[in-house]
Amino acid sequence: MADRAECPPASLPLRERMKIPRQHMPEQPAIERAANFSEVNLGYSEELALQEALRCLDCRKPLCMQNCPVGVKVQEFVDLIVAGDFLGAAAKIREDNVLPAITGRVCPQEDHCEGSCVLAKKGESLGIGYLERFVADYEQRMGVFHVPAVPPTGKKVAVVGSGPSGLTVAGDLIQRGHQVRVLEALHELGGVLAYGIPEFRLPRNIIKQQIDYLRATGIEFETNVIVGKTVTIDELMQEEGYDAVFIGTGAGAPLFMNIPGEQLNGVYSANEFLTRINLMKAYKFPEYDQPIVDIRGKDVAVIGGGNTALDAIRTALRLGARKAYVLYRRSEAEMPARAEEIRHARQEGIDFRLLTNPTEFLSNGEGWLSGVRCVRMQLGEPDASGRRRPVPINGSEFDLPLSVAVISVGTSANPVIQSTTPGLATDKRGYIQADPITQRTSCKGVFAGGDIVTGSATVILAMGAGRRAAKSIHEYLTTGEW
Amino acid sequence: MFRIVRVETLAPGIRRLQIEAPRIARKQKPGQFVIVRVYEEGERIPLTIEKSDPQRGTIDIVVQSVGKTTHLLNRLETGDAILDVVGPLGQPSEIEKFGTVVTIGGGVGTAMAYPTAAALKQAGNFVICIVGARDRERVILEREMRSVSDELMITTDDGSYGSKGLVTKRLQEIIERGTHIDRVLAVGPILMMKAVADLTRARGIPTIVSLNPIMLDGTGMCGGCRVLVDGKSQFACVDGPEFDAHGVDFDTLLRRNAMYREAEKKSMDQCYQEMESHGR
Repeated sequence: MADRAECPPASLPLRERMKIPRQHMPEQPAIERAANFSEVNLGYSEELALQEALRCLDCRKPLCMQNCPVGVKVQEFVDLIVAGDFLGAAAKIREDNVLPAITGRVCPQEDHCEGSCVLAKKGESLGIGYLERFVADYEQRMGVFHVPAVPPTGKKVAVVGSGPSGLTVAGDLIQRGHQVRVLEALHELGGVLAYGIPEFRLPRNIIKQQIDYLRATGIEFETNVIVGKTVTIDELMQEEGYDAVFIGTGAGAPLFMNIPGEQLNGVYSANEFLTRINLMKAYKFPEYDQPIVDIRGKDVAVIGGGNTALDAIRTALRLGARKAYVLYRRSEAEMPARAEEIRHARQEGIDFRLLTNPTEFLSNGEGWLSGVRCVRMQLGEPDASGRRRPVPINGSEFDLPLSVAVISVGTSANPVIQSTTPGLATDKRGYIQADPITQRTSCKGVFAGGDIVTGSATVILAMGAGRRAAKSIHEYLTTGEW
Repeated sequence: MFRIVRVETLAPGIRRLQIEAPRIARKQKPGQFVIVRVYEEGERIPLTIEKSDPQRGTIDIVVQSVGKTTHLLNRLETGDAILDVVGPLGQPSEIEKFGTVVTIGGGVGTAMAYPTAAALKQAGNFVICIVGARDRERVILEREMRSVSDELMITTDDGSYGSKGLVTKRLQEIIERGTHIDRVLAVGPILMMKAVADLTRARGIPTIVSLNPIMLDGTGMCGGCRVLVDGKSQFACVDGPEFDAHGVDFDTLLRRNAMYREAEKKSMDQCYQEMESHGR
């Protein structure tokens, strides 16, 4: 099959291009997908991708690229799609983004490239994320990849954590000739991509392919190593001969609400719920050994309004929940989840109970959850986050019967590395302090980025930090200057 | 993969596996544990590290057949391998010279009590060890415990070895004979640890227990192992596994540990069926 596909003329006049509507992403029908773990979005065909790519106006000052945390050359790769050179487009993305099939699926493009697309001012932005996904998947299907030949520098870098920031650092540094070893605490690679994001948004084979690609470029991976426990940062540098270390361990510890009944059986943190399903495949019990509470025919609620909350409740639905609620204390406008995820969740039948805050988990008298007591909220004055503060309405309490509740109200810093690395500065919430440009920490040769620096954010912001860190690690290794 | 280099049966259904795990062997301290996953479809379970040999790069874990995973682990032989072993996890035991310390090991809990008892002895404490088991056959690590204790008491539920009765009976005797106890460490079944805590609370004897809630990742990421201590939620994998016994809500722990009982039974039944069909 030729790289160059049949396509409309690339020289289509601007006026004609502007008439093309945004091409819809084909989706698995809501009624079907609510009962399976297959991917919701099905991906563009070549025809759809070409049509969509033609919508790019080739702005003289492309803001899309400027607003991409890893600086993907959007216009250049879209032009290559228009020219029918899909592999060239994939290679162009890879210059700046080592995980295109992943960001093409989970990056909130509306906050970055697409949010600043000039088309969005008068209509709908260019479908940059969909196009990125298309070329990344095309590249996978073709089984092509290229490793730039670079002379080895003889320098060794340890990357702690195989999530989005760590993989980005590793991918960028291997291309500069450094020896890179990624250390992962869990038995599987990918960090939050593997344990946090469900199959129906990010299929496991996509993660595996992207990591296999990185492995083929020469990166070494070691699982089952908890840095701070199995080996310390100091030991890596002093005994194992690493010249630099990057810490990208993610946010880590789940927050609970500190309300009565949180110890009841049937109450989970989103991290635990999702890890049981995504990492341990509890939804295939007893084929897989790790169990999860049987949700079939039961009522389930998630507490929180972020992407993780929606991932958890949509997972519960797929496990056969009878009713699946989102309990969120603010209104939809304040929900941190992506608009697309909210839309998908609604289509699947998730029941959003907004301006609703749990105050107590109720017991069935035998230690199992039987319901949740909630209070209705109204929005008051803006708080520190700039969002209107939810205030309880007196006397509005009500009970909602439930068998399973999943708490998804955020995370806090996991202290394992900080507490075992003397001299590593942290902020008052326990996150590692790192320079926002160079990602340097207070320890010489040690860099950090992603959620363990910023608190929980997105895959692409972690990758952005990884890119900056890789650049700065390379400078440090080349000049020796700190 | 983590290779098994030696296997030893300690009691019916309880074995010691020596595993090549050089990184863990270098770092292990008394009171810590590992999480293992035996094969691709397996679950992650926490297991006691009895001791380690940093030079040889091995750790010894003690496994009691309880559910499917431990049964399968106890069918492995020298030369077999375990897919994943991660650790050492948890905070090490607090070791200092307290004075007179009573360490209590109930059943397979003895394997967790042993390294701490040894370290306490080395730190200059007068160490009294109580080892409890259901019957004579199930008393484990007697020789090891004897070697690190100034006084060793063995007690069995049926009286077939040592004295008859529960470990709390022996602890009560020590208290009643007038021995001043500065600290108690109890590791074993939840009900045993609860009984020890009740006994020492009334007398104001500082008491530590090592808890064994259901765990998943072991790094503090999931919160599944949360236990109530002094009314506050703590993660046993990173804040523990040892806690002040007098603050622990044992009833909640018991209940939470029964959360997957039905699933565990189903797993086990299926496992037996498979073993039988393969065996014939």
